[in-house]
Amino acid sequence: MGVTCCVMRYRYDFSGALAPLPGSVMPAFLLRRLGQMLPTMLGVVLLVFFLFNWVGGDPAYILAGKMSSAEAIANIRRQLGVDQPYYVQLGIFIKQVLTFDFGQSWATGEPVGQIIATRLGPSLTVLVPMTVLETLIGIALALAVAFVRGSLTDRAVMIACTVGMSVSILVYIIVFQYGLAYRLGLFPVQGWSDSFADNLLRYAPLPILIGLTVSIAPTLRLYRSFVLDEVNQDYVRTARAKGLSERRVMWVHVLRNASIPIITHVMANLPALLIGAFLLERFFGIPGIGREVILAVERSDFPVIKAITVCVAAATMVFNLLADLLYRAVDPRVQL
Amino acid sequence: MTPAVDPGHAGLWTLAWRRLRADRLAMAALAVVAAFLLMVLLSATGLVAADWEDEVAVNFAPPTFLGTPPDAAGTNAAAQAVPDNPFDPLAAELRALRAELAREHPEANAPRRPTLPFGADKWGHDIVAKTVKGGETSIIVGLVAALLAVGLGTLFGAVSGFYGGLVDDFFNWFYSVFTAIPSILMILTVAAVLQQKGVLTIVLILGLTGWTGPYRLIRAEYLRHKAREYVLAADAIGASSWRRMFGHIFPNVSHVALVQLSILVVGFIKAEVILSFLGFGVPVGVVSWGSMLNEAQNELLLGKWWQLTAAAVAMAVLVTAFSLLADALRDALDPKVK
Repeated sequence: MGVTCCVMRYRYDFSGALAPLPGSVMPAFLLRRLGQMLPTMLGVVLLVFFLFNWVGGDPAYILAGKMSSAEAIANIRRQLGVDQPYYVQLGIFIKQVLTFDFGQSWATGEPVGQIIATRLGPSLTVLVPMTVLETLIGIALALAVAFVRGSLTDRAVMIACTVGMSVSILVYIIVFQYGLAYRLGLFPVQGWSDSFADNLLRYAPLPILIGLTVSIAPTLRLYRSFVLDEVNQDYVRTARAKGLSERRVMWVHVLRNASIPIITHVMANLPALLIGAFLLERFFGIPGIGREVILAVERSDFPVIKAITVCVAAATMVFNLLADLLYRAVDPRVQL
Repeated sequence: MTPAVDPGHAGLWTLAWRRLRADRLAMAALAVVAAFLLMVLLSATGLVAADWEDEVAVNFAPPTFLGTPPDAAGTNAAAQAVPDNPFDPLAAELRALRAELAREHPEANAPRRPTLPFGADKWGHDIVAKTVKGGETSIIVGLVAALLAVGLGTLFGAVSGFYGGLVDDFFNWFYSVFTAIPSILMILTVAAVLQQKGVLTIVLILGLTGWTGPYRLIRAEYLRHKAREYVLAADAIGASSWRRMFGHIFPNVSHVALVQLSILVVGFIKAEVILSFLGFGVPVGVVSWGSMLNEAQNELLLGKWWQLTAAAVAMAVLVTAFSLLADALRDALDPKVK
């Protein structure tokens, strides 16, 4: 059983004991996991509330701007409910989370729910092709490197990966945008349109290319470790003993088993990726979730940041659960 | 591992140092990291790059080495001097204006430096000195934030693993809350809430959000160690819980903390650069590699590539060396793990 499995099992186990479920009943497992998600979600809500309503200070001063009368500030405080005691404010926030109605953006007045809904499309237009390509290229390279594990080539590729990961993503973006788009004119420097095909084929390729360049090194390192976890297993020795070719052993037997942690890794990381592409979105003017977060931080647009934080945390938990379910579905050895 | 065979009864650290010494790549990485740390020390004490804000060249002076003769007077004014145009009715006034400027701003006529390996920025600051100063900020932020994060992670992990029970449940819940929010979103959220900018703010942001990784590993180590015989023996002679946790167990798990520290420093230096680039990091007036990249982004459009190159190369060299060192440390200290 791979390392990831233990980590996952560990992460959600609150009792500290790794007792397998009796009979491994699916609904029981699902219920237990959902039950574990509730306190975590409540914790996220409390943390966000603590940060914004307690650490963040009085939002009325941010909203009212520099030129404001005491009357205007009191008015805003009443509208936001900030003049209420903390438990009432917390109640308001929990109600917002439950009804998915986070009010309006302080900067633009647009409903926050609408902001998130409309920014999701552009983000996914870049992220889905990027993730698919990254996974496929990562798997192919990881197997190729695992073929020659321990050799000078392997070591050289790993060092090249370390060097590649050491260059800041900012440098990749600045240089690629300047070189490929501005100087050579191979891509538009930045922009976004209303047509999906235009976006995907004209505006998305350069951000995707940069995203791949940046992410392929860490991905390759991780996938290589997944593959190397498998090549020392007994079933690989058995396959070799049967006289199978090394190629068949790697591409069929090892790949099938190594793909389990890979798929779950990709699944579990999707929500984080939504935010992780914020630099690409900012540089290329893609109106996605990540750019929205940056804008909101710049403008102290608290409702937007709060809503995105809560939604991404919820998505992270749901995708982690899906990843575990998937893990269980493809690997019957796993007891969750 | 059989200590009886080892004649010197070498401890964990001696063995690890021996393994590290045998790895030539790791030693090279260690030398580079040590050089950078020495640079930070010299820069922080003002022995090096204290004069980075002097205008030692014309604006955007390109990289020059000895051998490129400086212009006649070697001054900014001389560099900007335009030959008098006899048909220009305003030539005399222009001359007078220049003379007045030179009187009012004597620093503009200070002798220019003939050697600038990476040229100058838009204010005529030497980019090498600026990179050193920026490195000081970035590296100190990375180091202090990583120390804070590992310290918190170790404390939480030790308490959680050692006491178990409700304490453990509480910290696991805390951990699950922090890991439910992607780290970069967490960092940006805290940056949005903490309105004032400053080096201390960014250290706090990174340190307070980055403790989850060390926590998980340290907690697992304490779970393994707390029932070992030496801990039971310490309990038997009356050592207090805190003494057992930090006097007895911690030295045996400190290698995990060290490896985590080296990994976090790398991550935090990268994060500081991104935060400062976006303007959420160091305040105006403090230079860091991130603020240099921010300036360099627009300069590149003018064809001034040197500031970008200097900051990018300095950071890449340090981070590469630090990552290689972290990998080697992990291998040397934890030989069981691949």
